[in-house]
Amino acid sequence: MSDRMINWYKYAGPQAFYPLAGKMIPWFWVLAAIFGIAGLYVGFLVAPTDAQQGEGYRIIFLHVPASWMSMFIYLVMAFWAGLGLAFNFRLSGMMAQALAPTGAMFAFLSLWTGALWGKPMWGTWWVWDARLTSELILLFLYVGFIALQSAIDDPRRADKAGAILALVGVVNIPIIYFSVKWWNTLHQGSTVNLTKSSMATTMLWGMLLCALACWMYAIAVALMRVRRIMLEREKDTLWVREELAKEAQ
Amino acid sequence: MLTPILAVIVRDLRLALRRRADIASVLFFFIIVVSLFPLGIGPEPEQLRKLAPGVLWVAALLATMLSLPRLFSDDHRDGTLEQLALTPQPLGLIVLGKVCAHWLISGLPLTLLAPVLGIQFDLSGDALWILSCSLLIGTPALSGIGAIGAALTLGVRGSGVLVSLLILPLYIPVLIFGAGAVDATLTGTGAQAHLSLLAALALAGVFFAPWPTAAALRIALE
Repeated sequence: MSDRMINWYKYAGPQAFYPLAGKMIPWFWVLAAIFGIAGLYVGFLVAPTDAQQGEGYRIIFLHVPASWMSMFIYLVMAFWAGLGLAFNFRLSGMMAQALAPTGAMFAFLSLWTGALWGKPMWGTWWVWDARLTSELILLFLYVGFIALQSAIDDPRRADKAGAILALVGVVNIPIIYFSVKWWNTLHQGSTVNLTKSSMATTMLWGMLLCALACWMYAIAVALMRVRRIMLEREKDTLWVREELAKEAQ
Repeated sequence: MLTPILAVIVRDLRLALRRRADIASVLFFFIIVVSLFPLGIGPEPEQLRKLAPGVLWVAALLATMLSLPRLFSDDHRDGTLEQLALTPQPLGLIVLGKVCAHWLISGLPLTLLAPVLGIQFDLSGDALWILSCSLLIGTPALSGIGAIGAALTLGVRGSGVLVSLLILPLYIPVLIFGAGAVDATLTGTGAQAHLSLLAALALAGVFFAPWPTAAALRIALE
């Protein structure tokens, strides 16, 4: 038990985590590619055409995973940020910083694909529906986090300030979600609710595979980014010089 | 426990009263922004009445935000904040005092001004009353949540724009329920539910916001 604990803490330091991340990245890329190809194969070739929406519904295979990831990454980011604030791990702040752009990208992608899907299905790019609005606010929260971190030059302070913001945001997300939802139902009926037919199992499988692909992609990209952040922040230390010398060979 | 809060409130109010121009500029900003809307969208009373709750509330949000950077920056610059952080009283209580003072300086005058501006938008007596109530209940939440942003951006370059980026998304629930209360009065569905939720937000905001604010101030003072 005790040596397992030591192992964990060993990888909490950038010096030990850097090579480990380097070894893991190719695997996550391979998994992302496998799941992606499988998901797209199921999505485009196996899954049947939807009875109500025709071929247009196939954007779901990108839209839903992107939405899931955008919300999930915010939670992971806040988790790392809180861990960094509580235990002062150097790596935690770096992970939070590395995750934010990916999360923002997924939030944007979710809005973008949603607009592309909404145009043919609902006849409009944008509706002030509860879900769309809260996704937009999530994007704003990501942007605020990134802006705050990049405005503060001292990385330690940037990490801590970002952590507080991320945690406040997590507390606020349910409040925002419900306020938006209630606001909406008070004004307009649910014009945008699709009549829920039970989803064909192949569609569900395609969606899950694509979600896994997005997940693997997010991990791979975050690890790549966190490696760069480590090098940048610890550029004056011996281990960075050794790593760079190794890579230069 | 109340003594440090009261001391901070009295001190901040005294400082603010010696620089009345700061308070006045925020209020005039509020008046000007609200007055721009009828010029921009045309003077039809029907349309104005519909837009009034949203316009007044958004303008109140922006005006509050404009006054936020000054919440801590002067004290930070002359070292007072460091001394306040060193006092045996919890920093959270001192922040609570500063939040209360900020509300008395910005939120309360905005609330008192709003009905006058509401008349410009041809709001009925009922709607004006609910507008004042909703601002009275909601603006403390704005001061509380805003303090977090002001503390996080303390001494950061471009903090004025940054604070809006951080805080405006968090203000959305207050805006929705505040403007919603007036809207509900106009459509005749009753503002009770909105005002209750607004009061819940304000209580939670004023109660919880001082702690992350204090944490952010300690980070800024490191």
